[in-house]
Amino acid sequence: MSNWFERLLGRSPTTSAQSAKERLQLVLIHDRTDLSPAVLETLKDEIIAVISKHVDIDAGGVEINLSQGQRENRLVANIPLLSAPTGRRRAR
Amino acid sequence: MPGKVVTVTSGKGGVGKTTTTANLAVALAAGGEKVVCIDADIGLRNLDVVMGLENRIVYDIVDVVEGRARVRQAMIKDKRMPELYLIPAAQTRDKSAVSPTDMIKLCNDLRGEIDWILVDSPAGIERGFRNAVAPADQVLIVTNPEVSAVRDADRIVGLLEAEEKGPGHLILNRVKPDMVKRGDMLSTDDVLDILAIPLIGVVPEDEGILVSSNRGSPAAMDDKSRAGQAFRDIARRLKGESVPFPSLEDKPGFFQKLAARFSRSA
Repeated sequence: MSNWFERLLGRSPTTSAQSAKERLQLVLIHDRTDLSPAVLETLKDEIIAVISKHVDIDAGGVEINLSQGQRENRLVANIPLLSAPTGRRRAR
Repeated sequence: MPGKVVTVTSGKGGVGKTTTTANLAVALAAGGEKVVCIDADIGLRNLDVVMGLENRIVYDIVDVVEGRARVRQAMIKDKRMPELYLIPAAQTRDKSAVSPTDMIKLCNDLRGEIDWILVDSPAGIERGFRNAVAPADQVLIVTNPEVSAVRDADRIVGLLEAEEKGPGHLILNRVKPDMVKRGDMLSTDDVLDILAIPLIGVVPEDEGILVSSNRGSPAAMDDKSRAGQAFRDIARRLKGESVPFPSLEDKPGFFQKLAARFSRSA
């Protein structure tokens, strides 16, 4: 009843079950792939290095995350490009 | 039809593997099936006390594997049921006394005359687990709605996939509906979202389970037990029947609530 009321008011305090679920989903992504946050960080640095050789990217905005579907996991990279002011440039 | 080997496992200890094995065995046997339970937790024998058969052990699984006894001799008959037997674990040996190949051979010997061979796995993911899973046609993963148990169950799901033993079927044990309702316990749907394996049973927390293991008579023998009913439902689903999952939150009616309030304040 109180949950329903709070939802009506637009407030939804995180229940302990919700945080259990979220924490589990996060930890299981790493358990299932055997990729630690440290390895992900290394991966990110190396990807930035490789891609910067060819295009200008916003290195600070790069995100590498693991996402999961049912029982499959994927690595998702979000790499913002810096817009080139003078049309197309050729990277060396 | 040759007998089916069903292994009950969990990763984490204390989530109710042995209770589940004993209750499913009783529920299947009560329906006229021939059932053998094997306690694969060598060194930590427990299924015998939960089933109330501890005083009748002569031979154990290691005696059979090492050739000191025939399978038949090690099968303790539960006299309360038409065809229910237990092959106990050895208490003074360790898991290395039995190999996965031994377990496959033992179960194959039983398949001809037994309908259901239920293997109670030890906790963990080492030798004892591999022994228990090796002969399985179907694996039941028991877990509780708490982070540690669900995490361990996920490990088991991954290991079963690697061993090509199928995804396993989930038994969510010790659910407290009122805690789920107020958001303080993972719900069945939450656990299914996380583990993404098929569900075969949801068992409510029930003090009667402790009483029944105190007495050595599994709750599935008691028609009135709520947990016992949940185990009987799982047994029917194992046999391929389609049994709906009852809502655990059978809400008390207005008068029951009123009565509860009065009895509390009195």
